[in-house]
Amino acid sequence: MNNSLYNPIKATIVATKQMTATEKWFKIELENKKDLNHNPGQFVEVSLLGLGEAPISISSSPTQRGYFELCVRQAGKITAALHKLKEGDNLGIRGPFGHGFPIDELKGKDLLFIAGGLGIAPLRSLINYVIDQRKDFGKVNILLGCKEPKQLLYTDELKKWEKLTGISFRCTVDRADPDWKGNVGLITNLIPGIDIDVKQTYAIVCGPPIMYKFVLVKLMEKNIPDKQILVSLERKMKCGLGKCGHCQINGLYCCQDGPVFSYDKIKKVEGAI
Amino acid sequence: MKYSLIEKLKISELVVWLKNKQYKVVGPKAKENQFVYGDLDSPDELKLEHKPPVLALKKYYLPQEENLLNFSFGETKGKEVDVSNNFTVVFGAHTCDIAGVICLENACDIEPKDNNFFERNKNILIIGIECLKPCDEYATCVTMGTHNPKGGYDLMLTDIGNQYLVHVNSQEGLNVVANDKIFVDADSEYISKVNRIRTDKTNVFNKQLNVAENEIGVLLGRTVKSPVWDDIGKRCLSCGNCTNVCPTCYCFDVRDEVNLAVTEGRRYRVWDSCQLKEFAEVAGGENFRKDRKKRQQHRLFRKFKYPIEKYNRNFCVGCGRCSRTCMAKISLIETINSLAKESI
Repeated sequence: MNNSLYNPIKATIVATKQMTATEKWFKIELENKKDLNHNPGQFVEVSLLGLGEAPISISSSPTQRGYFELCVRQAGKITAALHKLKEGDNLGIRGPFGHGFPIDELKGKDLLFIAGGLGIAPLRSLINYVIDQRKDFGKVNILLGCKEPKQLLYTDELKKWEKLTGISFRCTVDRADPDWKGNVGLITNLIPGIDIDVKQTYAIVCGPPIMYKFVLVKLMEKNIPDKQILVSLERKMKCGLGKCGHCQINGLYCCQDGPVFSYDKIKKVEGAI
Repeated sequence: MKYSLIEKLKISELVVWLKNKQYKVVGPKAKENQFVYGDLDSPDELKLEHKPPVLALKKYYLPQEENLLNFSFGETKGKEVDVSNNFTVVFGAHTCDIAGVICLENACDIEPKDNNFFERNKNILIIGIECLKPCDEYATCVTMGTHNPKGGYDLMLTDIGNQYLVHVNSQEGLNVVANDKIFVDADSEYISKVNRIRTDKTNVFNKQLNVAENEIGVLLGRTVKSPVWDDIGKRCLSCGNCTNVCPTCYCFDVRDEVNLAVTEGRRYRVWDSCQLKEFAEVAGGENFRKDRKKRQQHRLFRKFKYPIEKYNRNFCVGCGRCSRTCMAKISLIETINSLAKESI
């Protein structure tokens, strides 16, 4: 099987929802309802033969069997074509790829999720895993930020998270609209007020590239140890196999060594953050 | 250790014999004022005395363009394309180019393995030729330690006058020298002769870099803020020539192409270059290496630093191609030596 690594598996879209002007949600089943067998934090290459592939984070928890979910932002040629697909359409899937979140290491620990914008999509795979396996984990804080209320993703689900007893959920927007009753301001403003036991808290961060620097400063002010800060990084994962070179962060291949890294591993890697 | 001898006049006969065995025989040929590796239609085309051909041997292992899948438009799964199994003899490769293949093998061997490389690798026989003098002012083979044969070949020719001494380094090589119409056995006196040749070589080959091979990566790591890099960043044209000609650069792009009727198509991979502006740019527009300086740094770090950490070997084989081909005259020797001078 020479090129089987490059051959996608057939999958079918079983539900979609336009979430915002630019983000669309897809529920996908692999052929014969096979499980994707992913870890939270991993990604897949979504393939449209004739157009190409796009790396997309898996946004559902592996505790949900028989299907998985993606949240796709329309940003380029492939994602524009994906947005045109509807229920019943087929697409190709390769993966899952990369290292996701270290679930075993996180068990028994307190978790502080920090998501900016579309960064909620990969974190949601872990958040929902934690919700489904709640007793395995300690305190859970979720901070979510985005530019405007109309860009908020998974709005119905956010309301559920707000009501869950074992979870503290906070949300902020950079710019409010007249109906917005929540926090206004950058996500970094939410961090100082969070009550956490730094010794046993893992911070799990995903957002636009610009966000990391500012969030990391706030986490350091809290004295969270570097190896307890997990970031999920975006790069151009073209092959997913650690070969093509596009996603390289210095000596690391984001697609294989990441996309989830603990901060102590990349702290001294120039250009990583 | 097995050595054989071949009269220089019998090289043509050897090429013909190999071709008659239905092997594809490729080697350095003259093209305009340069050399290229290409199919030897006739043995006269083989130029054993040559400077590094424009493209290195990687084109036989990881072709410039390679089909991965064929598909019917609208399908979600493709038909996997097999690697063709033509047995190929590479005739007359320099030791630096052979070292380049070993680097590629290291990179392709990391899981998940690049099966296409290994499919081709097992069907390629290498007959190398040892250099007795440096190619030109661009080569850094002495610093990189690639001017002497160090494995990676089936047979290695060393010029000893009217004959070549042939080091047999594999069973496949042994099968070739078993042809006693072309080869004769060499006795032990020739081993001391080849040792003498290697000693004599040190008089004509000079070290070109003022840094030891195993210290270049450390030097690069220490000098990232040096103005030498600003100068390179200003001069670089981002054409990607340096990576295309590099024997150890293996980055690629994956592309799709459909026919005009939009019924059939193919997914293929094609050489790509980290020196091109779009290389690390994601769909949202963020570019993780948007400066030419950063891209040039990345290229040299990928030759001298990261592979040391990963494979304990440099991914520069000292062939000099990157400097020879650079339109902006960015020279590896000048870069490394300038950085070395600054860091004193």
